[in-house]
Amino acid sequence: MNRRAFLATTAAGAAVAAFPAILKAQGGDTIKVGFPGPTTGPFGALAKDQQQGASVAMEEINAKGGILGRRLEILFRDDQLKPAVGAQRTKELIENERCEFIVGGLAAHVQMAINEQTKKAGKLFISVSQSDEITARPDWGPLTFHEALNPTITSRAVGNWLAQNLGKKWWILYADYAWGKQNNAVLTEVLKRQGGVLLGSTPYPLGNPEFSAHLPKILAAKPEVLVTMTPGADNIAFLKQAISFGMKKEMKIAQPLHWLPQLKEGGPDLYADIYAGINFSWQLEDAIPEAKNYVALYRKKHNEPPGDYSAYAYSAIHEVARGITLAKVVNSDAVASALIANPVYNHYKGKQWWRACDHKAFQDLWIVKGRERSKMKGEWDFVDIVQKVAASEELDRSCKEKGFV
Amino acid sequence: MAELTLATLAAQAFTGLVLGMILVLLAIGLSLIFGLMTVVNFAHGSLYMLGAYLGFFLIGYTKSFWLALVVAPLLVGALGFGIERFLVRPLYGRSIDDPLLLTFGLSLVMVETVRLIWGKIGLTLDPPRELAGAVNLGFTYFPLYRLFVIGVTVVVLVALFVFLEKTNVGLIIRAGSRDPLMVKALGFDLGRVWLLVFGIGTALAGLAGILAGPMRGVYAEMGVTIIIESFVVVVVGGMGSLVGAIVAGIAIGEVVSLTTLFAPKFAEIMVFIVMALVLLVRPSGLFGESGLME
Amino acid sequence: MRSWIATHPVVAFLVVFAIFPYLVPYKALATQVLIYGLFALGFNLLYGYTGLLSFGHAAYWGLGAYGTGIALAKLKVGSLWLGLAAGLGLAAAGGAVIGFFCLRRRGIYFAMLTLAFAQLLYFVGFHLADWTGGDDGLRGITLPPLALPGVTIPLDTSLAFYYFALALVATAVAALKRILDSPFGAVLQAIRENSERASACGYDTSRVKLLSFVFSALFAGLAGSLDALRLNVVPIESLYWTTSGQVVIMTLLGGAGTFFGPFVGAATFLVLEDRLAVFTESWPLVVGAIFMAFVLFLPKGIWGTLLARLGP
Repeated sequence: MNRRAFLATTAAGAAVAAFPAILKAQGGDTIKVGFPGPTTGPFGALAKDQQQGASVAMEEINAKGGILGRRLEILFRDDQLKPAVGAQRTKELIENERCEFIVGGLAAHVQMAINEQTKKAGKLFISVSQSDEITARPDWGPLTFHEALNPTITSRAVGNWLAQNLGKKWWILYADYAWGKQNNAVLTEVLKRQGGVLLGSTPYPLGNPEFSAHLPKILAAKPEVLVTMTPGADNIAFLKQAISFGMKKEMKIAQPLHWLPQLKEGGPDLYADIYAGINFSWQLEDAIPEAKNYVALYRKKHNEPPGDYSAYAYSAIHEVARGITLAKVVNSDAVASALIANPVYNHYKGKQWWRACDHKAFQDLWIVKGRERSKMKGEWDFVDIVQKVAASEELDRSCKEKGFV
Repeated sequence: MAELTLATLAAQAFTGLVLGMILVLLAIGLSLIFGLMTVVNFAHGSLYMLGAYLGFFLIGYTKSFWLALVVAPLLVGALGFGIERFLVRPLYGRSIDDPLLLTFGLSLVMVETVRLIWGKIGLTLDPPRELAGAVNLGFTYFPLYRLFVIGVTVVVLVALFVFLEKTNVGLIIRAGSRDPLMVKALGFDLGRVWLLVFGIGTALAGLAGILAGPMRGVYAEMGVTIIIESFVVVVVGGMGSLVGAIVAGIAIGEVVSLTTLFAPKFAEIMVFIVMALVLLVRPSGLFGESGLME
Repeated sequence: MRSWIATHPVVAFLVVFAIFPYLVPYKALATQVLIYGLFALGFNLLYGYTGLLSFGHAAYWGLGAYGTGIALAKLKVGSLWLGLAAGLGLAAAGGAVIGFFCLRRRGIYFAMLTLAFAQLLYFVGFHLADWTGGDDGLRGITLPPLALPGVTIPLDTSLAFYYFALALVATAVAALKRILDSPFGAVLQAIRENSERASACGYDTSRVKLLSFVFSALFAGLAGSLDALRLNVVPIESLYWTTSGQVVIMTLLGGAGTFFGPFVGAATFLVLEDRLAVFTESWPLVVGAIFMAFVLFLPKGIWGTLLARLGP
């Protein structure tokens, strides 16, 4: 290679290398929020729903002139439901894209890996899916916020309602991993406090949905309520087998949560009469003005009603915006302080608030029951709303129990 | 486990048999393809998944489970022909690495394509009305569809056995897996045999997929874990041994199923413990010949 | 060029990786390439040079990661060197024990035995939650500063950690080069070509194989250990078979049996995935197609083909 060719190549190389920097400088007036979630993998539909909720919030905010005169931009990333990828993606969002805020995560273990990175980088993180540990020491950090419900709150709310309304003789069936075990422990404790009887509890290996040997045993014990923690594809397999054994007629079946994409997958023939808790269901649009606004915006953009997990993402993005507006500066520490100083908010379903000690969001939830096919109004009308459970700090572990003095 | 009855035990044993049948179908395909071509077909799990999805599509299209049960495996087998002819064949003569990497890439492509076509949400596949409900076996009620799965697998296995043992093509296949060079020297066109074996192996994976769909649900990642279990079955049975694959498949199915009943924590790991123990005692698996594939 | 790289691999390595963080979009990606490259290099010692396909290398990566993680997060040893030593020690011990059993079998049976032992460790990690964090992963690993005689350097920034990792990985690369150039390395390659003949020549092949296994586990363990320090978490997936599969794929992609092939494979794999995932949700489709194209058109892997093109 001669000298001239060398110079020409180097110059071109330098220009290419500098190009991203130029782009970045131009994008400098947007406020960037990083959003990791498992768009590939078995929970892709839930992750997509979350992203769509976040997008609705972003457009709503930008349509009103942005935040402090700057546009909000959300950068979505695939974390593959793997903690190592979630951590790597968070590093990329903070280092490369210069995101000041991170919102997202769909599984407890991935959330906590993301949380380790945001803690280290000093960035605000609002987690939008279930986890008990993330708002407890030692995982919690001063910039960690948790918008979603957690297993303790959900299972206490659902468990209390089941014991008071459907009966106090239970059987519990759960997948033998963190989420299943946590819910099982909380439900067992709730039942004891309610003076009920636990006829039996059966763990099964996650992802190995064979229940036919357990079901006759459960039928013979005649529980009033069968509570199950069977996530993902296991849930569909369980309900099919339970129905083929005629269990729906013999007892009430309940689970901590319904998810809209899951209801869509299984359909009303499986989910009719199955009880569960839910943080949001689009039918609340008839009762709550904020819900009406959110559902209308979501429908307009995505041509379908929002699911429950999209609502967490929608609310969390609005909280980032509210925090920045209050703090008047794009800075994680200032935004965190502003949110805790002004903890009450209401974006989609009524009043919510941040607890000062652990930055846990307290919010209403609902007990719902699967609808029969004949009663559905439209293809997404899967549940009847049975009762509201009002937001209460009593439902979660106390600050002291979580390791805060 | 206080009220463990003989009936529960029998029911679970039957469940294990059903799981075993699915594993056998997958393992035989893997074993044939590996035995004859030394191709580790990493896409086998994805072909299993594709069988279930095609089944779903065909049931919706033709409204007939029975038609889908026949056509879906044939379509997967046809795809297997294409994979062998255009992707795997150029790699013969190279090391064992290349087909492994290629089929790994292929399985990524297949899973993502399925998600693009059928969406991120899983599907539910229902057994036909004729097979809904449970039968009284005397000691327990057992879902009719599961008995049907056992029946179909037995029929397919017998047919395969007759084909391999009693026909000329079968003889060439068996000879080819022992000594491909000699078979070639005798003037047989091994290319067509490879094509056929790849087609049969993949069709069996497709059949396993559509059979498993109504029991375990249909989703894009359904082939990811089962492929490892199928490899375990192949190795426990002994490479290249059909009888081994059948015995090992049923045995592993039973072990998983009964462990789920007695010690659910151990269900996942028992597969590997059994394999380790078998291999430490018998170097080439239960029915494998020593020296083959070592 | 080719022969220069072959004779001065460590220098070539240091030159490229000294500027590498400025060639990729962000520093954490550069560190990830470095660590997974080391993992693949260690795997290749066993597969590419000794001819033993392990499908259980997640075990040593995971043992390294958990060893370091547990030492820092649970035992609070507070020293970077002790943390690393714990990871390396655990990985080497694991390699010795597992290698001892698995090397009694050959070929596919060997591969599946290594898989079985790795899955056994996964199972133990999953259920020993008090120590490992179970399926939630091990968190709370703090990265101690680098204590050298007379000076203490904080490793908080991505760049500082990168060069720290580079120093260790370069040392490992030099060690590997030394191993392969030694008489021991020659025996390894003799075993790969024909185990019986090597044995007939009077070499204690089972001892040589076991030593190669343990060295390989050590490299994988160092990589896992560095990854725990880099992410401050150890996910339970570290021990799962998918991690073993990943290192096999990376190595094959770059070219097994070549010195830097595995490194090139790891870099290609990670950078491709990282960049494509930003542009399209269906990135596995593109990545899968690219892998297939590589196999069909680059028969010796990326690095192998590149070397052939470069000429002597």
